[in-house]
Amino acid sequence: MLRLNVNGKVRELSDDEASTPLLWVLRDALGLTGTKFGCGVSICGACTVLLDGEPIRSCSMPASAASGRDVTTIEGLASEDGELTPVQQAWIDLDVAQCGYCQTGQIMGATALLQSNPKPSDDEIDAAMAGNICRCGTYLRIRKAIKQAAGNMGESA
Amino acid sequence: MSSSILARGIPSRSPAEGSLARGIPSRSPAEGSRYAAMEAVFDAIAHPAQVPGPGLAKFSRRRFMQATGIAGGGLMLGFVLKAKPAHATPTALQPNAFLRIDADGILLYAKNPEIGQGVKTSLPMIIAEELDAAWDDVVVRQAPIDGAAFGPQFAGGSMSVPMNWDTLRQAGAAARTMLVAAAARRLRVPPAELSTRDSLVVHAASGKRIAYKDLANAAAEFPVPDASALKLKDRRYYRLLGTRVTGVDNDALVRGQPLFGIDQAVPGMKYAVYQKCPAVGGGVSSFNRDAIAKMPGVRDVFALEGNGKFAELLPGIAIVAGSTWAAIRAKRELKVEWSLDQAAKDSWSDSARKAETLRHVPGEKRVADDGDVDAAFADADTTLDAYYAYRFVSHAQLEPQNCTAWWRDGAVELWAPTQTPDSGIKAVAGVLGIDPSKVTVHQTRIGGGFGRRLYNDFMTEAAAISKRYGGPIKLQWTREDDMSHDLFRAGGFHQLRGSLDAEGRVSGWRDRFITFTHGNGRPVSGGDMSRGVFPAGLLPNCRIEQTALEWKTPCGAWRAPGSNVFGFVVQGFLHELAVAAGRDHLEVLLEVLGGPRWMEEGNIRALHTGRAADVVKLAAKKAGWGRKMPEGRGLGLAFYFSHAGHFAEVADVSVDANRKITVHNVTVAADVGPIINLSGAENQVEGSVVDGLSAMLGQSVTFEEGVVQQSNFESYPMLRMPHTPNVDIHFIDSDYPPTGLGEPALPPLAPAVCNAIYAATGERIRTLPISLEGYSV
Ligand code: FES
Ligand code: FES
Repeated sequence: MLRLNVNGKVRELSDDEASTPLLWVLRDALGLTGTKFGCGVSICGACTVLLDGEPIRSCSMPASAASGRDVTTIEGLASEDGELTPVQQAWIDLDVAQCGYCQTGQIMGATALLQSNPKPSDDEIDAAMAGNICRCGTYLRIRKAIKQAAGNMGESA
Repeated sequence: MSSSILARGIPSRSPAEGSLARGIPSRSPAEGSRYAAMEAVFDAIAHPAQVPGPGLAKFSRRRFMQATGIAGGGLMLGFVLKAKPAHATPTALQPNAFLRIDADGILLYAKNPEIGQGVKTSLPMIIAEELDAAWDDVVVRQAPIDGAAFGPQFAGGSMSVPMNWDTLRQAGAAARTMLVAAAARRLRVPPAELSTRDSLVVHAASGKRIAYKDLANAAAEFPVPDASALKLKDRRYYRLLGTRVTGVDNDALVRGQPLFGIDQAVPGMKYAVYQKCPAVGGGVSSFNRDAIAKMPGVRDVFALEGNGKFAELLPGIAIVAGSTWAAIRAKRELKVEWSLDQAAKDSWSDSARKAETLRHVPGEKRVADDGDVDAAFADADTTLDAYYAYRFVSHAQLEPQNCTAWWRDGAVELWAPTQTPDSGIKAVAGVLGIDPSKVTVHQTRIGGGFGRRLYNDFMTEAAAISKRYGGPIKLQWTREDDMSHDLFRAGGFHQLRGSLDAEGRVSGWRDRFITFTHGNGRPVSGGDMSRGVFPAGLLPNCRIEQTALEWKTPCGAWRAPGSNVFGFVVQGFLHELAVAAGRDHLEVLLEVLGGPRWMEEGNIRALHTGRAADVVKLAAKKAGWGRKMPEGRGLGLAFYFSHAGHFAEVADVSVDANRKITVHNVTVAADVGPIINLSGAENQVEGSVVDGLSAMLGQSVTFEEGVVQQSNFESYPMLRMPHTPNVDIHFIDSDYPPTGLGEPALPPLAPAVCNAIYAATGERIRTLPISLEGYSV
């Protein structure tokens, strides 16, 4: 029996699930479908979740590797009463999404970036986000939204 | 383009006097018919019947306003506007299928699939504008699939806006008229004294105002006005259209709520994968059924024979399991003996070799032949030859194909991320052998379309697997499945010759196009120049020859079909001629366009050379065309017209000694008529620039023995954030009817960048992707 701490809730997994990539445990076993499948081989970033605050590719990590650590998915970003984070809010304000499929991974990546670097430069944003593909090409807006979120976080800090 | 050209296509020559076809075995008609349904989907979208506009030869704003009543009152639209959905209730105002107002508020239905082109927001905005609803009061819901109530429901050809522009405005205006009538009765004033704004009817004289939701009941008692009697708003009074509105799903998206096809779940659902022959069309001889059946989590494993049609059901092996991972894991252990006699043997290198021979001889057909090209070449001061080529590409939308299907009691219900739910229903019914009325499709949000999801193979597979398994399943393709079984944008080859007269004007143009065919007497979708391609119709002497090589792997529509590659070829070669003439590219391009006129009499969705010249001049001006550039840096210009959108783009590009390029900026000038949602419009243009750059830089699908040689994003690269150029967008907010923006911004990008590379280095690129010539970012 494996225990997983996802968005602050403890979930118990079977042995078979323990060897399953975290992505599919989240999506199929826990019903947390906000985390997306894009490539399955760590190249697109669609499946990004936070493991103890660090962005990881959940398609390529067995669920057991997350044992005893905190997993945060897109569903766990907003507060209990539904208030959005500055990153999520910036994504709405700037109408970032086209199809929206990659945006979970982008938002998780941006959230991790701003936690470690609250005022990133353009180059730092580019470097941190280069692992996330947006097939629709919303990169300019993603960059802008990260800056807006950084500004808002700065003001509230 | 000029319809006279189209009518003058020269019939195919016999093989004896023609040039190719020799040595290529002909296929039986049955073989060709395997593609028929698939290509019908493309035709319906590429050349739809209900496009507003034809007949308005000399367009003017005034005439358009007068004409809309007639156009809008046509049979199809009137029929649609009178139909109500099955769930209409007497306590709400529901004059048509598109909206519903009751005490709870205003509900608008988004009728067409949302693939990232923004129509779930922009189409309801059109209703809200005419309704005078405050956007904040509006709730948008995805419409059910119901052709009787909503008319055609598909996402393709950038047609969602133009095909619904009249209908949706009338839908909003009809409801507004009824609300005003109800308010007039309640306030005992003539309707003419009332105005509407922000979901309120206002009586200015008395200062009284009544909210729409409080009038809905009373309004429902009035007759629904005839579409031809409705007065639509003058654009000057628009409050919502043309502003920036954030997407209606954005809140749900940033919270990770289940919107997409892949997120759907139904009670008792199992997870399925489907393995087809890597060479398309191959059948299953045998496989290790027992070993797979014993793997953990596997519930069932079986082979399906297929119905023999491409983009419907091809033969393969289905695995049904308790989780997606259990199914994928089992699929990796499959050992299959394929029967390859029906399988594709396509080879890119073979085709390239054939084209190398064919380019030196006249083509099979002349699909355009204006003036006397041979005489123009003979009289020319200068002639120029160039050979352009581009590879196949894949759609690679980020959400891999998937579909949830539930077969029960002789009927099937599907949750499908499809661009064409209507044709999906027909395909599923055909494959299962049931009546289309037994097929229900729920529209989901779609993680990217680009034309791939016009074809519903994932729906028919899911339906067939659910039926055979006997319960609900979600079919999941892997990325590798997706890349090996796409309906690819075909590659192609163009041998060009152009001539200049003594004044340096382009006097002749010949494009010898070598394309592909599925052996059914027509070129593949997006590989046909016979409908007139720039500069046909614009030059006195212009010939387009077309020759098709046999190709079995199905090819389909890829964002701006045809245009996405023809733009690269013709706008690059025109620049070559300008350089050869020692003249400014901008000047030559404007000269070729000539004076302002419609290129197809009576069709306001045709190229208009005046609109074209306007965007070309605007892009040049905004980009600072003609300014001195530093060493190793240049500006490149290109124009293209597609999907009724006029686009000019100027790229600002640096190239270093290692052929590493930096695209600093792309200036885009566009005329697509009035802008619906400015935010969505800009997003489409930015995305098209990124997509165009991504495709031209390094995307290439090659085939050997019918098998795709690429498998995932490591071998099929996508542009990433660090290489994204700045995009500077200028819309000419003209009065022509609006067109969609999903596609027409893409075609000018590649030629603009390649022309800029020439300006920076003097090196001409005639091959896509440009990585084949050693360029990278
Ligand atoms: S799905 Fe994990 S990186 Fe692409
Ligand atoms: S918004 Fe479609 S992939 Fe990013």
